Amino acid sequence: MRVNLTVNGAKETVDDVWEGESLLYMLRERMGLPGSKNACEQGECGSCTVYLDGVPACSCLVAAGQVEGREVVTVEGLAKGSSGVDEQLDPVQEAFVEAGAVQCGFCTPGLIVQSHDLIERVPDPSDAEIREALAGNLCRCTGYEKILDAVRLAASRKAEAAAR
Amino acid sequence: MTSPVKSPGPVKPNGPVRSPGHVAAPGMGGVGDSPLRPDGTLKVSGEFAYASDLWIDGMLWGATLRSPHPRAKILSIDLGPALAMAGVHAVLTHEDVPGRKLYGLDHTEDQPVLAIGEVRHQGEPIALVAADHPEIARRAMEKIAVEWEVLEPITDARAVIAEPDRYRVQERGGIARHQPVRVGDVDRAKAEAAVVVSSDYSVGIQDQAFLGPESGLAVPAEDGGLDLYVSTQWMHNDLKQIAPCLGLAEDQIRMTLAGVGGAFGGREDLSMQIHAGMLALYTGKPVKMSYNRYESFFGHVHRHPAEMRYEFGATAEGRLLYADVEIILDGGAYTSATLNVTGNAASLGVGPYEIPNIKIDAWGVYTNNPPCGAMRGFGAVQACFAYESMMDKLAEACGISPVRVRQINAVSQGSKLATGQIIDSPAPLAEMLERLEAMPMPAPLGAGPDGEIDIRALPGGVSQTTHGEGVVRGVGYGVGIKNICFSEAFDDYSTARVRLEVIGGEPTALVHTAAAEVGQGLVTLQAQIARTELGVQRVTIHPADNQVGDAGSSSASRQSYMTGGAVKTACEAVRAELLAMAERKLGRAFPGITQGELNVVGGKIMSRTEGVIASIEEILGDDVIEETREFHHHPTSRMDPVTGQGDSHTQLALCVHRAVVDVDVDLGLVKVVEMAAVQDVGKILNLLSLEGQIHGGSAQGLGLAVMEEIVVSGGLVRNPSFTDYLIPTILDMPPMRLDILENPDPKAPYGLRGAGEPPTLSSTPAIVAAIRDATGRALTRVPVRPEHIIRG
Repeated sequence: MRVNLTVNGAKETVDDVWEGESLLYMLRERMGLPGSKNACEQGECGSCTVYLDGVPACSCLVAAGQVEGREVVTVEGLAKGSSGVDEQLDPVQEAFVEAGAVQCGFCTPGLIVQSHDLIERVPDPSDAEIREALAGNLCRCTGYEKILDAVRLAASRKAEAAAR
Repeated sequence: MTSPVKSPGPVKPNGPVRSPGHVAAPGMGGVGDSPLRPDGTLKVSGEFAYASDLWIDGMLWGATLRSPHPRAKILSIDLGPALAMAGVHAVLTHEDVPGRKLYGLDHTEDQPVLAIGEVRHQGEPIALVAADHPEIARRAMEKIAVEWEVLEPITDARAVIAEPDRYRVQERGGIARHQPVRVGDVDRAKAEAAVVVSSDYSVGIQDQAFLGPESGLAVPAEDGGLDLYVSTQWMHNDLKQIAPCLGLAEDQIRMTLAGVGGAFGGREDLSMQIHAGMLALYTGKPVKMSYNRYESFFGHVHRHPAEMRYEFGATAEGRLLYADVEIILDGGAYTSATLNVTGNAASLGVGPYEIPNIKIDAWGVYTNNPPCGAMRGFGAVQACFAYESMMDKLAEACGISPVRVRQINAVSQGSKLATGQIIDSPAPLAEMLERLEAMPMPAPLGAGPDGEIDIRALPGGVSQTTHGEGVVRGVGYGVGIKNICFSEAFDDYSTARVRLEVIGGEPTALVHTAAAEVGQGLVTLQAQIARTELGVQRVTIHPADNQVGDAGSSSASRQSYMTGGAVKTACEAVRAELLAMAERKLGRAFPGITQGELNVVGGKIMSRTEGVIASIEEILGDDVIEETREFHHHPTSRMDPVTGQGDSHTQLALCVHRAVVDVDVDLGLVKVVEMAAVQDVGKILNLLSLEGQIHGGSAQGLGLAVMEEIVVSGGLVRNPSFTDYLIPTILDMPPMRLDILENPDPKAPYGLRGAGEPPTLSSTPAIVAAIRDATGRALTRVPVRPEHIIRG
């Protein structure tokens, strides 16, 4: 089948999609966007989290055909500018590197999308709010302490930028 | 509902070829700083090429048919219907293995590449499929018809020890290794002890649960060889196993490390490497394999489950007189790392305590249960749960505090381990416990900043199963000792190649090793060492591959020590050549170069007496300096097979934990409120990465304490998914307090002490001790389940 959608701001048409494919598979294997990760493919780990019409969703649980006419933003779409040239990372992305929240990094794309959404909704989240928002994202390396640091740092940076 | 399902077509991505590349290390920091990860920007922007992201034009997808039975004979296999499917390019069995049909770690070679006539564990690979689309491969596997004769699985490890010839799982027999340790006279000590405590303990099977599934890409090369992109912990050891099975020479296989999504021991063994190679050689096309989570639970070995019997005797004051210990580790059907896991459990079986009389028998056995091998802590974790539980029992029996009983018996520099090995560098365990006990405690239950109880922070969390009624707080302590680097006469050296040249007017170092970055931050450290040793800012990390010498495994907390040591040594050689070049080009001799008269700092060659002599780029010009060096740790010896004695360990590391828990005693739910840890790391090389290791290691110990277990019955895994195998979430993991000590080990590079594993040991017993403190239950098994708390 053919699927028409908007991904990271660009209108795309994908042909020859099999009806059984997930949005995650289509992004990774047919659209050259492997940033969203395939750690459990049953909605438990959050590594595949993307924005679907502005709401975070596990792309492994969304059938590719369900996104017809809809808008998807992946971790690749959060930075401004184009890769490697004039790329400006989102403050959440910067904070994850600086705070030491990235080890193996496999959970990172999903955590970044989820944290990005949290800070959009709650500009100054408490620790309890951060923990609740990220409870669906598994990380096996960090013990989450540095992830909390990263979200706090990103929230304060975004608040500073907004105040300027 | 009879319309046929449309078959998926071949995949035609419009993305670029994805494979690992050089990464420039950002920032300025040398050893002791915390510069940014070289791979950090790629990882946060989704551009880092993990093994499951690899892609190349025209590639096929490989899949593995696995055994549904833990023990069965294969009477026949019919491949015909699978081969007849459109889009299927190959269906292979053991008959198609081009070379040796067995492989394994440590020269054991007892594991079939594909099952030969019988299977010995659930999930054992039987056949391989290559197809245009992963779904076609999956359907083809369903059409492979296997006729079975199902046998009764051998699942009782203790029965295997009693009658090893009767319960032979494979040709090597029933027992993989029996390692005794004998010190002093335990029988006489038993007569003298004023206090005796004893108990049995069990540890369930823990999974590494790395998030990046086993994946890789095999590309056939024009010379008949292969380019292999894999996520592994040790490329050179993979190659030693892959090449003979594929019937290729080692130099016909070019291996490159693809991005690794965590490891924790689970990538020490091969998974898809030989399989993808077979399919690629057979089809002449690139083949990608990527396990899903279900398959991953069968695609790698786990932490050995343990059954343990401990008896400690002591004076009335709590000073240990003897230990009588039995440790049984169930390794499953194939040897994997069981020999060395058993050695570790034996040598560290009574922990960091001085005990004059010791009798330990550690057994590693074969069964038809899930295969077990390396996981963070490697045999020391299981014993640690038991000996720490015993120390609490001893404290109670003697009427002294858990901290005091540990301090009375603690080792220190100069103490003897159970193996007779003298601890030859600082081991300030008593002081670490003192510091731990003095660390501030979290606010009491119900004394939050606003005086109210936050329900989300109670056991049961957002399920709101209590408002504080039935919740009891407990505090517990745990101590652990872990060997760093490989033990028992193994020369696990590492190799580094360092190249210094001027690029774009700036001196640039290129660091090339085969060491696996698995998430721990080794690439960051390599760049830090190059900056410190060569006085340069710009460092580039070459992709890890086998075009440079062996780096050993990213395990045993050894890479900072070993590959760090190799990079340091290679940099020193480059620096020596640079200084010699300075002498040649400036036409003068600098006396005392080797005594440090000249050094390279901030891009300048500096003389101690004359100050700046020249810049690096002035001396180097268009020349290139490249040096390759091996780094070996000091030799160790095997454990005596009868007495267990010997200087078997390279280095030892200590970590101590305090855990505070709230327990809902009505529902058996546990909330870990806080963990505090004191660890001696010799020298802090990168504080940010180090803290991440202690946090992450502690979290895995928390998982083992209260939630993580592969549940097995009749040899079958009952919970192979993240829905049913739970790992800690951000709601389960509490805030941590850390106190990091730096007592250098003079034998190690920069005085460092390996740091990744020790926190995984001591967090588990600390948490269980805290639950005992809250509930009074004996809790002799981990993970602790609600029913253990409710019913005892």
